[in-house]
Amino acid sequence: MSNEGDNEDVDHELRVSKIRDGTVIDHVRGGQALNVLAILGIDGSKGEELSIGMNVPSDRLARKDIVKVEGRELSQDEVDVLSLIAPDATINIVRDYDVEEKHRVERPDVVEGVLSCPNAACITTGNEPVTSRFTVLEDGVRCSYCETIVREEIASLIDT
Amino acid sequence: MRHDHLITSKQLSRADIETVLDHAADIAADPSAVADRHAGTLLGLLFFEPSTRTKMSFETAMKRLGGDVVDMGSIESSSVKKGETLADTVRVIEGYADAIVLRHPKQGSATMASEFVDVPLLNAGDGAGHHPTQTLLDLYTIRENAGLDDLTIGIMGDLKYGRTVHSLAHALTNFDTRQHFVSPESLRLPREVVYDLHQQQDGTGIREHESLEDILPSLDVLYVTRIQRERFPDENEYQTVAGEYQIDVETLEAASDDLTVMHPLPRVDEIAPEIDQTDHAAYFEQAHNGVPVRMALLDLLLSDDGTAGPDGTDDTSGGDLDE
Repeated sequence: MSNEGDNEDVDHELRVSKIRDGTVIDHVRGGQALNVLAILGIDGSKGEELSIGMNVPSDRLARKDIVKVEGRELSQDEVDVLSLIAPDATINIVRDYDVEEKHRVERPDVVEGVLSCPNAACITTGNEPVTSRFTVLEDGVRCSYCETIVREEIASLIDT
Repeated sequence: MRHDHLITSKQLSRADIETVLDHAADIAADPSAVADRHAGTLLGLLFFEPSTRTKMSFETAMKRLGGDVVDMGSIESSSVKKGETLADTVRVIEGYADAIVLRHPKQGSATMASEFVDVPLLNAGDGAGHHPTQTLLDLYTIRENAGLDDLTIGIMGDLKYGRTVHSLAHALTNFDTRQHFVSPESLRLPREVVYDLHQQQDGTGIREHESLEDILPSLDVLYVTRIQRERFPDENEYQTVAGEYQIDVETLEAASDDLTVMHPLPRVDEIAPEIDQTDHAAYFEQAHNGVPVRMALLDLLLSDDGTAGPDGTDDTSGGDLDE
């Protein structure tokens, strides 16, 4: 298996510390790293060990962010949801300093409980016992209840 | 597969619509044939917003089928006032009634409520979202007056918040129609509705306008809705646009003699009363059609096997709401 931070952008990846076991989320669009953490529900309050690189030069993306989460391997569901704000991301699962698995994100058909509907008149914005649900469109997301379509600023809908 | 709930007109295929309209026509011709068909059946009416026509026509329809209604009454006298959620309310009423009719000010309320109940739930208006049973009576009226194919229809007024417009527009894509949407810029169709219309009809039959003038002569039907004063932050802005979307006999001089004018009601001043006496006016007929259409819909939904023959007997050869 290759060493963490293989080939492309190796110098830049090494700007943030290597991890022993966990996940490296690479090729996140520049400026989206904090939204990636929000969508994963990671805010550091539980003692997670995090390394974040933001707006570092990249060959594939002009500028990219990198997020490294020590001691946690992301589930496929989490990876899929990431695609909404980081469609170019690659997910590296690291074990004992080596990249054991490498995945590209795939867009899911539906995301539940992750985003809040921006429509104040939507039933999901009240105190009903309902989990938000959005269908994923080619160029955005759509509330399964009020049908509002959001194409821009999806990250601002992240239910933190 | 048959539908358990009716939430949006997008659920309805052309066959579904024709099944309901055909059954409604049979009922209108001979209401006595179904008079006792649903004796003992109770329909729960949950209206979280004021309603006259929709509520009373559902009540009339159920009673004319031999059943009865249980009515939540006003919000002020219900547990909603104590903070009960809609999810809890529908779960309680499910235990009382065989079907539920829901009107609620929040978009998506009917979708959410349907996830909590097993009895059929009919959306009688969810905020600015949908109003599919209104659409069925609209289609019935259009079919009676102008037919549903090779139809040019103008839909004018508040297209942004007009739930009857959204539902009607979706349903019309099942037929050979050309739809012209006429509104002020600020009250154009929501992009969600436009998105769906383009998905359903690849956009070829859809046009948006700010003026009725150019398209009026080509219309078979003009469906007028109220420009809602309360939607405008500025009274002057409302006055400017409202006047442009009112029709009178003079306006209709440019229209075909066969033009059918419809309105989901209530109207305020968007259709001059003088039009009531002309052959164009179909809006009171439209309101009356709510009863046989809702009788047909309830009959189809509440029949044990989802079928109801035109003579009021079970007829497995047709009548399933989703053939």
